[in-house]
Amino acid sequence: MNGIHDLGGMHGHGPVDPETNEPVFHAPWERRAFALMISCFAGGQYNVDEFRHAIERMAPADYLRSSYYEHWLHAVETLLVEKGVIKESELAAKWAALAKGGA
Amino acid sequence: MASHRHSEPPSDPALRVKALESLLTEKKLIDPAAIDALIETFETKIGPRNGAKVVARAWVDPAYKQRLLSDATKAIAELGYSGMQGEDMVVVENTPKVHNLLVCTLCSCYPWPVLGLPPVWYKAAPYRARGDRAARGARGVRPQAAGRRRDPHLGFDRGTPLHGATRASRGHRGLERGSARGAGHARCHDRRRQGQAAGALRGRA
Repeated sequence: MNGIHDLGGMHGHGPVDPETNEPVFHAPWERRAFALMISCFAGGQYNVDEFRHAIERMAPADYLRSSYYEHWLHAVETLLVEKGVIKESELAAKWAALAKGGA
Repeated sequence: MASHRHSEPPSDPALRVKALESLLTEKKLIDPAAIDALIETFETKIGPRNGAKVVARAWVDPAYKQRLLSDATKAIAELGYSGMQGEDMVVVENTPKVHNLLVCTLCSCYPWPVLGLPPVWYKAAPYRARGDRAARGARGVRPQAAGRRRDPHLGFDRGTPLHGATRASRGHRGLERGSARGAGHARCHDRRRQGQAAGALRGRA
């Protein structure tokens, strides 16, 4: 099974573009996303292979369009729901509540 | 099974993070103090300075250099660096004739204990797509480019070695990804060859 993540040799992605004095994290949410993923991993919610596979299964256009830590978010949400740790409805409800300004 | 989900997540990643953190804290599945400690560690304590110490030690201590080349994980641990994403380390040496290139074409494998978290360019599509072509001698990277950037160390002579970050160390993953390296395999590492094969099937040379 291949996937969009299998980028080796693909043309059209343009030049490598390093950032000068790049920070470890580019936004506060990236810090939290990183640490959440590691914590859930350390807590045994999933292993590294499952984590990678959840990213590799993303819709190709979403994979290319979203950032690295958005991939991580997608994987953690997907795995926690698939494994029944959280319910999709709980997650959706929390999104709606936070969007309204609540908790 | 593709991971398409029924509810589209919000476009704001900060909101998604808040939601996860809130739910997981409510369910007592994460410890907020541990989250803070993880961030602190990876932002301030783990980074390329660690790897620089390893390299410097190899420069001044030939016996250490030999240990580093023969059992990198153990030698690196002598200096106190070990752990996640550093469990199976391999060290290779640059020479005047050979410049080693490390690329993870499939994701972002990187030696965290000695270099910290990888920069964005290493994890993004352009490098992952081009890294292997540069090493194979395709015109992805030219020596003149090194001169333009004033980096004296990019003196390629374009031989292989090409080190897949995953293949070099993770034997157990070789079966999944390594099997795609054979020519003609349906999941072809080189998309140009795959395109040629498809062209041949359609009757074009």
